[in-house]
Amino acid sequence: MTLKPSVFDPQGQTITDALHSMGYGGVSDVRQGKYFELELQSGSPDQAKSLAAEVADKLLANPVIESYRIEVEQ
Amino acid sequence: MKFAVVVFPGSNCDHDAYHAAKHVLGQEAEFVWHKETSLGGADVVILPGGFSHGDYLRTGAIARFSPVMTSVTEFARAGGPVLGICNGFQILLEAGLLPGAMLRNRDLKFHCEHVRVRVEQANTPFTSGAAVGRILSLPIAHGEGNYFADPETIQLLESTGRIVFRYCDENGTPTDAANPNGAMNNIAGICNDARNVVGLMPHPERACERVLGSADGLVLFESAVSAVTAHGALHTATA
Amino acid sequence: MSAIDTALLERHGLTRDEYDRIVAALHREPTLTELGIFSVVWSEHCSYKSSRIHLRKLPTTGARVLQGPGENAGAVDIGDGLAAVFKIESHNHPSFIEPYQGAATGVGGIIRDIFTMGARPIALMNSLRFGALDGRDGARTRRIVEGVVAGIAGYGNSIGIPTVGGEITFDDSYAANPLVNVFCLGIARADALVKGSAAGSGNPVYYVGAKTGRDGIHGATMASAEFDEKSSEKRPAVQVGDPFMEKLLLEACLELMRTDALIGVQDMGAAGLTCSTSEMGSRGGSGIEIDVSRVPQRETGMTAYEIMLSESQERMLLVVKKGREAEVEAIFEKWDLHAANIGDVMTDGILRVKDKGAVVAEIPNSALVDAAPVYDRPTARPAYLDRVATIDPAALGSGAPPDHTFAALLSSPTIASKRWVYRQYDHMVRTNTLVLAGMGAGVVRVKGTDRALAMSTDGSGRYTYLNPRRGAMLALAEAARNVACAGALPIGATNCLNFGNPERPEIMWQFVEAVEGLAEACRALDIPITGGNVSLYNETDGQAIYPTPIIGVVGVIDDASTTLSRTFKQRDDEIVVLGENLGELGGSEYLRTMHGLVQGQPPALDLAKERALISCLVRAAGERLLQSAHDCSDGGLAVTLAECAFDTGGIGLDIDVKGVGSLQQTLFGESASRAVVSIRPEHFGRVLTLAAELGVAAVKVGRTGGSRIRIAVDGVRTIDSSVEEAERVWTSALGRYFAGRAA
Repeated sequence: MTLKPSVFDPQGQTITDALHSMGYGGVSDVRQGKYFELELQSGSPDQAKSLAAEVADKLLANPVIESYRIEVEQ
Repeated sequence: MKFAVVVFPGSNCDHDAYHAAKHVLGQEAEFVWHKETSLGGADVVILPGGFSHGDYLRTGAIARFSPVMTSVTEFARAGGPVLGICNGFQILLEAGLLPGAMLRNRDLKFHCEHVRVRVEQANTPFTSGAAVGRILSLPIAHGEGNYFADPETIQLLESTGRIVFRYCDENGTPTDAANPNGAMNNIAGICNDARNVVGLMPHPERACERVLGSADGLVLFESAVSAVTAHGALHTATA
Repeated sequence: MSAIDTALLERHGLTRDEYDRIVAALHREPTLTELGIFSVVWSEHCSYKSSRIHLRKLPTTGARVLQGPGENAGAVDIGDGLAAVFKIESHNHPSFIEPYQGAATGVGGIIRDIFTMGARPIALMNSLRFGALDGRDGARTRRIVEGVVAGIAGYGNSIGIPTVGGEITFDDSYAANPLVNVFCLGIARADALVKGSAAGSGNPVYYVGAKTGRDGIHGATMASAEFDEKSSEKRPAVQVGDPFMEKLLLEACLELMRTDALIGVQDMGAAGLTCSTSEMGSRGGSGIEIDVSRVPQRETGMTAYEIMLSESQERMLLVVKKGREAEVEAIFEKWDLHAANIGDVMTDGILRVKDKGAVVAEIPNSALVDAAPVYDRPTARPAYLDRVATIDPAALGSGAPPDHTFAALLSSPTIASKRWVYRQYDHMVRTNTLVLAGMGAGVVRVKGTDRALAMSTDGSGRYTYLNPRRGAMLALAEAARNVACAGALPIGATNCLNFGNPERPEIMWQFVEAVEGLAEACRALDIPITGGNVSLYNETDGQAIYPTPIIGVVGVIDDASTTLSRTFKQRDDEIVVLGENLGELGGSEYLRTMHGLVQGQPPALDLAKERALISCLVRAAGERLLQSAHDCSDGGLAVTLAECAFDTGGIGLDIDVKGVGSLQQTLFGESASRAVVSIRPEHFGRVLTLAAELGVAAVKVGRTGGSRIRIAVDGVRTIDSSVEEAERVWTSALGRYFAGRAA
C-alpha cells in the first residue's frame, strides 16, 4: 500500500535525498508504503482476495490518499 | 446547555476540553465513553485531541468505527454542532463527516508551538462570535496536520466558503512561512456542507486562559454557547 | 543438576563469589531459572550493590516527605491534601544501542513508576548528554540525538503528558555513552499513596498489560556492563514501547486505585516479573507464588526462565483483595485490557515459581534481597586531578574580542536555544503549563488549588570531573536555584548518578566524593532526596564518561499567579545581579569552547550564600517584587543577560558591571549563587532591602530598554549587539546540524 502518485510523500523524498548523498545517484525516486500480512481462513484464493480487498477498503487504506495491491499466498 | 466530550481510548485532550467548557465557561459538560450509543442530550459535541488508538494504522482510522460514532453521525446529520479538534478533526475526516485527509507534517517533525490562524468564515456555530479576518493565536501540537484533498474538493471548499481557518502571518496573509505543516492552501480548519461540523488542527481548548499564553480560543466555545442558546437545540433527532 | 560453569556465570554477569553466596543462601545449587532470577536481582542495576552503602549518606527525611527512597517513587506534601510524586531514572545503555526505542521505553518506565504510586503524571522532563555534533563521531551522534529526541517525543506526546523542560549538553565525553535521564512528576492525594508491597495471605496476584515476549532478556545485566565491540550483538535486548497500551494501563490503574480493592501495585521494569515479584514480596514481608503458564504470552514455547526474565514493556503486577476479583477484572475489561490471575500471596517469605504446577524456582526473600551482595569497593584518588587542578592565566592570553566570544558561546550547541528539540515535545497538553518550554524551570499549575509546582534537572559532568565533591554540590545548587528563579520554594530532590565502572578505584572515588558532596548540599539547603537512580558502567573500551550527577529539584509556588520566567517583560525596568561574581573560569563553557580546555576548579560554592539567594528569590517572587529571574550558569553573566532578552520581541538592555580580573572572567566566568532579576522601578528599593536583610549581595547593573544588548565593564562597552541578531544566532545554531527540511 502506498500513497497515491499525486500525493506528496515527504518520507520517500527524504529517503531519496539520503541515498543521493550516499552516492546512489541512480535511484531517482522512492515511495514509502505499508505492507500488511493477513492470515485468513478462506475457501479459495479468489475468496481470500476479495476478503482482503474488503478489509483494505474498509480499514487498512484511506482511499483519499492511498492505493493498494493484493497478493495471495497459500 | 451541555457539551459532550467524547473519550476514545488514547484521547488526551478530553480533560482539557472539559475543563474549558465547564470551569472556564461555566457550562455543563460530560464525558461520553466511545462505547456508548447515546450522547446524553448534549447540545454540542466535541471530538478532542490526542492519540486515539495510539494513531496506529492511521490517525483516527480505528476510532471512526467506535459505537459512539453512529450517534455522532446522526447528531451531525440532524444539524447538531460538532467540533473536531486535532485528532478529533482526523477522526471526522476518516469518518467521512468532513472531506479530505491528513498527511505527515512536511518536515516530518511533530510541532508544538503557537501559530496564527485567520478566521475565514463567521457563519458556523463555532465562529459566529468572531469577525471574518480576526487573527487568533492558538497552539498546535501535531505530527500529522498536513491537510490534503484532491483538486476538485479543494476547489469546492474554496468556492463554497468552507475553509474556516487558515494559517497566516501577523497581517493575516496566508504565507508559506506561516504554514507549520505544509497543509494545502494553508488550511487549518474546514466545515461540512451544512456548516455545523467544524474540524481544526489547532487547539482552542488550550487557549482559553491568559495565564496559559493566549485566550483567543475562548471565542469558539462562546460562539457555540450563543448559537445553541439563541436558536434552541439545533438538532431535531433524539440524542 | 549439572555444575554451573564459568562461561554460564559470565553470561549472567555473576562472579564466582556471588555464585557461592547463592549456594550458601539456598543450601543447594540453583536451578537454571533460579540462576537467572539471582543474576538479574543481584545485577548492579537492580541491587545497587556498588552504591548502596554510600547512598545511605543522603538525607532522605523532612517535614514534607511522605515517601522516601525504597518505593517506586518519592513523594512530598504540597498542601491542600495533595502530594507531588516524582523520580528521575536513566535509560543510558539502551539509548546507545537503539536511540528511539531506548529513549521511548525510558519515558515509559518512569511514567509507570509514578502512576504505580497512585499519582496522575502531569509533567515530564529530561536531561540528555551527547557527544559533539561535529567531528569524528558527529554523524553517529546526530543520529543518536535525532533518535532519542524522536523517541521521547513519540512516547510522551502519545501518552499525553507534557514535557515541560530539561537540558542538554554536548561533549566528547559522552560520544560512545550518551545519557538519557528522564524525570516524571505526578499528583496524588496525600492520604492515598499506593505502595508496592504484597500482603495478606491468599490475596490474588494479577498481571495486566502487554503480553510477555522474549524482549530484553538480560537487559538489566546489559545496563550493568560496559560496551565493547561485541555490544552490537546485544541488539535484541532493546524493547519496543507501546505508549497506547501504557495510556490504557494508566487510566485503568488510576480508576482501580479510586476503589479500595487494591493492596499493592508494582510495575514490571528492569528484570520484569522477577524484580516485581521479589520486591513486592520482600516489601510486604510475605511471599509470592506464581505459575508462569498463566502469564499471557506473545510468543510460543517460552520457558519459565524466559518468562521470568523478559522485559516486555507496559506490564503491571497487582495484589488485589480476595473477593474483589470481579470488580478489578471489570475495570480492566472496560479499557480493553485483560487482567490475568497468575498467583497468590503467601506467608512463608518465599518467591515460588511454578510452571504448570511444577516448581521451577523456590527462593526465600531473605536469600534474594537480604543476602544480596553489598560491596564497599576500593577507592583511589585519580592522578588526573593534579594535572587539571589549575589554569595558567598566561596560557589564555587576552582572548578573542568579547563580542566574538559572545557570539561563539551563543551558538555553541550546549548554550544555544534548544527550540529545535522541545518543539517536538508537546509541552502544553493538560493545559497546566504556566512557563512554556525553554523559558526557565518547568512550571505546572495544580488544578483545584491556587498552587503551582516548578521543577528543574541539572548537573555538570565537567565540573564533577574536575572536582567530584563540588560538582555534585553545584548540581543540586543549580537545580534548586532554577526552581527558586521561578518563585518556588525547593522541597524535594531526586538524583540520577551517571558514572563509569565502579570496579575501578578512581571511578569509585569519584562516586563516593559526589555522594558525600550531594549529601552535604542537601542538608545545607534543607532539600531531602526522596528517591533516584544510579547508572554505572557508562564507559566504552575503558574510557569513562565524566562523572555526571543529574539532580531534579521540585519546588512549590503557593500562589501560581506569582510564577516567574527568565524573560524581561518591558522596557525601563531595573536590572539587578544578586550574588557575587568571583570571575571563575575553571571548568567553564568559555574555557572549553574558546580554548579547548577542561581545566581548573569549578566555581566555589558557599552553601550559606546559596541558601540566602534562594530565600531571597522565593520571598521577592512571593511579594510580587520581580518581573523576571534567571540563574547565571553556562557562559556566565553575558549569556545570562542575553537569554533574559530573548523571546521578548526584542527588549534590550544597557548595563555596566564592575570588572573582576580580565574581561573574560567578568563576562563569562561561571561563579555560583547568582541570578539576574528585572524589577519595576517602584519595587526596586524593597528588593534591595530584602537582599540586604538576607545577606545577599545585590547590585543594580543597568536597565532594560532599547533593542540592543549593551554590556560595559567598568564603563567601557565590550558587547553591543542587536537583540534580534544575537537571538538569531542563538535560535538557529542547533537546527543547522540536522539535515532535512528545517521548518
